[in-house]
Amino acid sequence: MKTFKIRQDWRGLLASIPKQIILLFFSILAIYPLYYTVVIAFKTRPDWLHNQFGLPNPFTLQNIIGALREGNIPLWFGNSVLVTAGSLVVSTVVSALAAYAIARFRFPGRAFYYNMMIALMVIPPAVLILPLFVLMVNIGLINTLPSVIIIYCGLLIPFSVYLLVSFFRSLPPELFDAAAIDGCNNLDMFWRISLPLSTPAMVTLIVVNALFVWNELLIALVFLQDQNHKTLMPGLELFRGHYTLNEPLIMAGNLIATIPMILLYLFGQRLFVEGLTAGAVK
Amino acid sequence: MPEKKPASGTLFHKFEPYIYLAPATILVVLIFFYPIVYIIRTSLLQNNPNGIKTFGFTNYQLVFQDPIFWKALGNNGKLLLSVPILTVLSLLIAVLLFEHVRGWLVYRGIIFMPYILAVPVVGTTFVYLLGLNGIVNTLLKGVGLGFLIQDWLGSIKWVLPSISLVIIYREMGFGVVLFLARLMSLEKEILEAAAIDGANFWQKHFYVTLPQMSGVIEFFVVVELITMLSWVFAYVFTMTQGGPGFASTVMEFYIWKHAFAFNTPGLASALAVILLAVTTLLIVLQLRLRRRSLEDAA
Repeated sequence: MKTFKIRQDWRGLLASIPKQIILLFFSILAIYPLYYTVVIAFKTRPDWLHNQFGLPNPFTLQNIIGALREGNIPLWFGNSVLVTAGSLVVSTVVSALAAYAIARFRFPGRAFYYNMMIALMVIPPAVLILPLFVLMVNIGLINTLPSVIIIYCGLLIPFSVYLLVSFFRSLPPELFDAAAIDGCNNLDMFWRISLPLSTPAMVTLIVVNALFVWNELLIALVFLQDQNHKTLMPGLELFRGHYTLNEPLIMAGNLIATIPMILLYLFGQRLFVEGLTAGAVK
Repeated sequence: MPEKKPASGTLFHKFEPYIYLAPATILVVLIFFYPIVYIIRTSLLQNNPNGIKTFGFTNYQLVFQDPIFWKALGNNGKLLLSVPILTVLSLLIAVLLFEHVRGWLVYRGIIFMPYILAVPVVGTTFVYLLGLNGIVNTLLKGVGLGFLIQDWLGSIKWVLPSISLVIIYREMGFGVVLFLARLMSLEKEILEAAAIDGANFWQKHFYVTLPQMSGVIEFFVVVELITMLSWVFAYVFTMTQGGPGFASTVMEFYIWKHAFAFNTPGLASALAVILLAVTTLLIVLQLRLRRRSLEDAA
């Protein structure tokens, strides 16, 4: 009996080898570009020319220091933080209010409004940029951070409303009945029941939306053309243009721009998984 | 004495939900509806020789006669072809992870990671990796396939497949995580029953797992089809700028070029309307299919 069990374990282990090999292969593929970026960011330029793929020899912080000093990277980093924070605060509050109305009230046009939000999720941003550019020029917001904050908010609303409606609907109705008896009005219920109980959904939503705003290129490129008002993604395009021949410096810039999202991922992997699979998996 | 509700209160209650909807509605109208009306109008305006603007289809005629427009549309079409590859690969990896291979959580964490990297960052890295002295060519040389060496992003023939590969690389993480989440919500009894009945790996997953996954697979395919039409600008912009020539120009990139480099708003608007129409068509088709499959099931 005992030998049988051992033999089975051993067999199971043997059977899992092909699976391990396939998974290992794809994991190496997935991690390699990041490994390459990190390694080059800490290489000297002669080292990069002779030893492209290996570990840094000698190890240097010169590129990181250079990227922080020579370009506007710290400024762009700050702009990215402001734009991301601004877009998230406004879009989350606005979407939560709308989602609350859809989830809690019965009113004419409710189904239409909800379906419209779902449909809007598929509109390509490239379609919207020209009219929005003309608009931002006319109201004097072009090359300012509020211009992209407003646009990102608009783009984030459909998905945010969709996600929050499904969450608000799952809250037990008894809570609201009890609150009504205690004399709460609807706005009180929003602040005291819906929002506090939705913290997990809110955090998930904020993490997924932060990823979108931080990494977005097209809108930032079109609306922030002035050097001093760029965010990181269009800023790095400019930076790459300036230092075409200094690859380690470019990689250092890329690495600096990536670190916040990697940290967010390391601490909140679960949140990404939940946010991205929400709605699709039931 | 029971209090009588004031009349204004009921009126307020009637309009209350619309007050909550107002801020979102204003933003959505400004960011989506106003631009869509604007591009339709601008695409139909034409400059006449006498300087008066009238409505007509000149912009569309010009677009349809433009070979680069057809090239760009065709390139988006070719990108759509990578969706099946992406879907099958993601499914395969998700199923392998689901089999409780040792270390599956670590594998999942690593395989999902490319999805959180910014496209411009991924793009510049791949410019080096796919370049003449990049890892791809170095590996090819190493295994004796040196005759295949080339500048992958500089070749008219290979530039689009190379970009597809980079897109697959990044989007696969999303697919794996999505499919794995669905797999873990399946009822385990059926799979165990199949295993007891002697079904092997392929039989078990092809006949038992896959049919239950149809909903989530359809969702992923639709999301990725939309991605290939509407979200590939950053890849093309950072890796090739649409080149060499126009070999990797896609619709988004061409709209951007017309709007901000060629300064031809009429043509940019006509292109935008066409892209919008193609995306809408795709969604309507998907809704139709879904309705039909629901009717079949009923």
